[in-house]
Amino acid sequence: MSDTQLAWVVWAVLLPLGGIVVNLVVGRRLGEKGIGAVASLAAGGSFVLSGLLALALLQHPEGGIYRLATWFNLGSLTVDWSFRVDTLSVTMMLVVSGVGTLIHIYSIGYMHADVRHNGDPQRFRRFFIYLNLFVAAMLLLVSANNFLVLFVGWEGVGLCSYLLIGFWFEKGEGGLGNARAAKKAFIVNRVGDFGLLIAIFLMIGAFGTLDFDGVFAQAAQAAPALLVAITLFMLLGVTGKSAQLPLFVWLPDAMAGPTPVSALIHAATMVTAGVYLVARSQALFLPVPQAQAAVTWVGGLTALFAATIALGQYDIKKVLAYSTISQLGFMVAAVGMGAAVAGIFHLVTHAFFKALLFLAAGSVILGLEHGHEHAGEGHDPFDPQDMRQMGGLRKRMPLTFAVYLVGALALAGVAPLAGFFSKDEILVAASERFPVVFGLLLAAAFLTAFYMGRQLILVFFGEPRSKAAHHAGESRPLVTMPLVVLAVFSALGGALNLPGLHSLEHWLEHSLVGVKEGHFVWAVALGSLAVALLGLGLAWLVYGRRAPTEQDALARPLGPLYRAFERKWWVDEFYRLVLLRPLGWLAQVLAGPVDLGLINSLGDGLGQGSQLSANWLRKLQNGLVRSYALVVMVGVVAMFAYLLWVR
Amino acid sequence: MNAWFHPLVLITFLPLFGLALLLLLDGRNERSLRWVALLTSLVTFGLAVWALLLDRQGALTELSLPWLRLGRLAVRFHLGADGISLLMVLLTTFLMPLALLSTWTAVQGERLKGFLALFLLLEVGMNGVFLALDLVLFYIFWEFTLVPMIFLIAIWGGERRIYAALKFFLYTMVGSVLLLVGILFVGLQVGSFDLPALIQNRATFAGAQTALFLAFGLAFAIKVPLWPLHSWLPDAHVEAPTAGSVILAGVLLKMGAYGFLRFNLPLFPQASQQLAPWMAGLAVVGILYGAGVAFAQKDWKKLVAYSSVSHLGFVMLGIFALTPQAVSGAVLQMVNHGLSTGALFLLVGMLYERRHTRELAAFGGLWKVLPVLSALALIVTLSSLAVPGLNGFVGEFNILAGAFNASALGNVWFAGLGTVGVILAAAYLLKMFEKVFLGPLVHEENRSLADLNIREVLTLLPIVVLVVAIGIYPQPIFDLISPAVERLLMLAAQP
Amino acid sequence: MTITYYLALSVILFALGAVGVLVRRNAIVIFMSLELMFNAANLVFVAYAAYYQLINSQLFVFFVMTVAAAEVAVGLALMVAIFRTKHSIDVDQMSALKG
Repeated sequence: MSDTQLAWVVWAVLLPLGGIVVNLVVGRRLGEKGIGAVASLAAGGSFVLSGLLALALLQHPEGGIYRLATWFNLGSLTVDWSFRVDTLSVTMMLVVSGVGTLIHIYSIGYMHADVRHNGDPQRFRRFFIYLNLFVAAMLLLVSANNFLVLFVGWEGVGLCSYLLIGFWFEKGEGGLGNARAAKKAFIVNRVGDFGLLIAIFLMIGAFGTLDFDGVFAQAAQAAPALLVAITLFMLLGVTGKSAQLPLFVWLPDAMAGPTPVSALIHAATMVTAGVYLVARSQALFLPVPQAQAAVTWVGGLTALFAATIALGQYDIKKVLAYSTISQLGFMVAAVGMGAAVAGIFHLVTHAFFKALLFLAAGSVILGLEHGHEHAGEGHDPFDPQDMRQMGGLRKRMPLTFAVYLVGALALAGVAPLAGFFSKDEILVAASERFPVVFGLLLAAAFLTAFYMGRQLILVFFGEPRSKAAHHAGESRPLVTMPLVVLAVFSALGGALNLPGLHSLEHWLEHSLVGVKEGHFVWAVALGSLAVALLGLGLAWLVYGRRAPTEQDALARPLGPLYRAFERKWWVDEFYRLVLLRPLGWLAQVLAGPVDLGLINSLGDGLGQGSQLSANWLRKLQNGLVRSYALVVMVGVVAMFAYLLWVR
Repeated sequence: MNAWFHPLVLITFLPLFGLALLLLLDGRNERSLRWVALLTSLVTFGLAVWALLLDRQGALTELSLPWLRLGRLAVRFHLGADGISLLMVLLTTFLMPLALLSTWTAVQGERLKGFLALFLLLEVGMNGVFLALDLVLFYIFWEFTLVPMIFLIAIWGGERRIYAALKFFLYTMVGSVLLLVGILFVGLQVGSFDLPALIQNRATFAGAQTALFLAFGLAFAIKVPLWPLHSWLPDAHVEAPTAGSVILAGVLLKMGAYGFLRFNLPLFPQASQQLAPWMAGLAVVGILYGAGVAFAQKDWKKLVAYSSVSHLGFVMLGIFALTPQAVSGAVLQMVNHGLSTGALFLLVGMLYERRHTRELAAFGGLWKVLPVLSALALIVTLSSLAVPGLNGFVGEFNILAGAFNASALGNVWFAGLGTVGVILAAAYLLKMFEKVFLGPLVHEENRSLADLNIREVLTLLPIVVLVVAIGIYPQPIFDLISPAVERLLMLAAQP
Repeated sequence: MTITYYLALSVILFALGAVGVLVRRNAIVIFMSLELMFNAANLVFVAYAAYYQLINSQLFVFFVMTVAAAEVAVGLALMVAIFRTKHSIDVDQMSALKG
């Protein structure tokens, strides 16, 4: 590829930053439509550039590297601002900028209502600045050519996530809920980043470079123990960013952000960064099966674990959040077991249908808020995200219902929608390499279908269970148009890598190592389809035939188990008890008894000691000249005595 | 007399010229007093930039004149600058005008003249410390910085200002006494106080290396401050006026780290190697301890003060990793800390002027009423917690990466635990940001606060610009300091 | 003829003076006692000068007398100044040096 073509990647990253500058400088005068247009155009421009790069890659699939400048060069380590154009990074860029652009457009409509509902229209501009910043950081993450530039994007998206979760920083539980959720997200992510940093330090020591090519070329000769260390620390980073066990706790709380944020950052793009990282670093994972197994198990366990929690949630976005964690588990398991193409495939289709689901959920929330105001109950406390307040919305919001149905079926893995194909590939790979994890994933797939069925029924079927639901109305075209586009992709996304064609596989084998020809196993495919239909059917049996009550229909038969689902297995409580409380207590002890009590007292004690001794000595200084003279006299006599007799 | 117009002499002593002008002016004419002080500091900054340009052309010479003779001992008036010195002088002269700008309305009245005069005196001392290459000359400047700072704290400080000033003075003096003993010892052994001559003849006092390292090191460690010698710092910071805190955090603490680099490493190489794990150990304890204590603070300024203990721990860890990467990172981190913590103190001061309190509990939700201040505070906070793309990350990353693979430290635990400090930094700094700027506006009196005026924006903006610029393109700074760092490390490596 | 008598007299004079300085409270008396001690020293000088036939020690006597005169002048001036503020020249009243 020519240098001019490669330089597009830099422009793709810089364009959203340009959007920020424009909105910062003249945004106040542009008005809401103008601000949204500038931001959407910036993101869309990145998408166009990504598309051009993809076209160029068709001619030269080997891609290339664009070196912008030296970041720093110290001793033997040089780190460049360099960008990598290959099929993997461009695929990610297309997803990020494509879904990103759609969500920008959606946000113009959604945020118009949201800022008014929350009572601060001035904040509209800030939202789009953050959103552009996120797109820039995410594009940097996926187009980086070394681990440190990747890390810039890695923490950059975490920062944007912090800002956007805390967008309504004065709202939430006790007024501080959202701010706390944002802080929690950042700190938990930092724990993961700690792992990635250590992995980077290890790589510097072992390989002397952070460039992907340089590291991967030397990986084959490296000591296995070292690779295990690097990959396991990297795994810690992955569990943080991609919300896997044990660091998944931040993602459900992150739903405090506006819904477009949940769709873009906490479903489609940022949380998949961990999957991307493992896929990119396959060369480090392939030589060490122990690390692969660790990643796969983490993914498999998370997939099932999060799916159980999703069963017990009433908040429409929380269900989707746990579903996201579960699906990320599928992807992590896939890239862990070496089926990187399947992982990326699922990443792409999941980006489509999960973004769709979140945005449609946002549309539902808007509809309910709208209905709430129409019902004339504007000031009552009302949670527009509580599924128990919904019901029967398929008649009030037919378009939203249609796209939601597509998304839910795709997620459940019903053929021939996108999710079926991508999930199937993961299951096939698992059935061959990790039979137990295959079982975990299959169970998770069943639960996925079940909780999506539950959600569909609770939200759209039956009779409206509140006045707000009764008066809900369909959203504006600016909101629903991106939904339709995403629904089309969710339906047809499976075509990317149809069995037998393997177009995505042939596309990605230029940049992924160890790509094996995937194959289609009828037994697994039919089995997973059966499981999906079974889940949906069971959900209909449990929830569809009778009016839902305050208590969930499963609560009685499952008993304490359901309580565990509902309370999220008490993980948050566990962390609070085991980590946060003791650490907070430790900080108090350090600040109080240790610092002020001990260390400060050492210094002050020295001072007081000298003051005391001085107080005692000052008594000698009685101010009587004659007593001084006496002392002088005695001294002189003593000296003479010494000189005369002793010496 | 060409020596009078040597750039280094001008940088050091130009503030005295401004001081003389100040003394001639009428004390009631506050406006002109402020402008004289501000312009003096700006011109000094200009001179520092000029020296930097000269240095880049290779045209910056040293100045070494005979000064005092004490028997067979000669004290020389020896000023010189390598990359590290220049960077520190640039930092000093850069922060000085900003600190003065920040006092534009905070300090008023008949004592203003004294305040400004003390500030200019302080600048003389600080620049001298970074430029002196003769140990006696260095010691004089070193002590010289103490006096104006004591008065700045004791006269314009908060409620417990006398206690804080006295504590600051006593802690520093304890170290200085041993430093003086050490200086006299090496001077008498070699017959000169000139640093190059001492380095050349360092074999003559090699037998007493460890004791000398500790004698020098105590003074520097107290100044840094290295855990557990830090307890003067929170009091001094909390009680000092805003501009004093900025200079204290921004420059005075750096003198300690600079002392380790400039004197301990080249003069006592074996002791440096041997004691490196111990120093790094204390540094790591400081990182974690400072973070923990900062987390528990209820006073905003105290929180920032303890965060300095944590941040300077990174600097010390980098210095005693003794690898080019880590030491360069440490030098950069010295600048970073000066910028970000300086800016945090400025922010604390700006809010203090508006609300007359520093209790975290008195704030909350300020972003809603103070969008400009909050946005700038966000960037500064992020810089302080080392978000990549901003300056703090480049420094901390290189320190930790260098220390992780440092042979002088022997194992990875120092850097590994230091990296935990990065997590803790997020915890206490985000807690701070949340308590002050996020959440609902709970206090009625905060509702009517005025956002930043032009002067305050001008005070903060240069720092914010540098924070971003260094984060994205730090290479010019590394180009400046790398030769000096490598020279020091070479000296520290040879027996 | 032995020098011992002179020295003995000098010691007695010096002891008298020292005791006077230590026990008396009136500044004037203390001054006089001081003079006594000076002159005891002078006596030793003169005695040894005669004994060793040396001029140097006689010379010192003049020095001592000059210094004593100067000292008295300064001392009395101080007394006057103190008397003006304190209306007393009792040295026990002058305890401003008390720590």
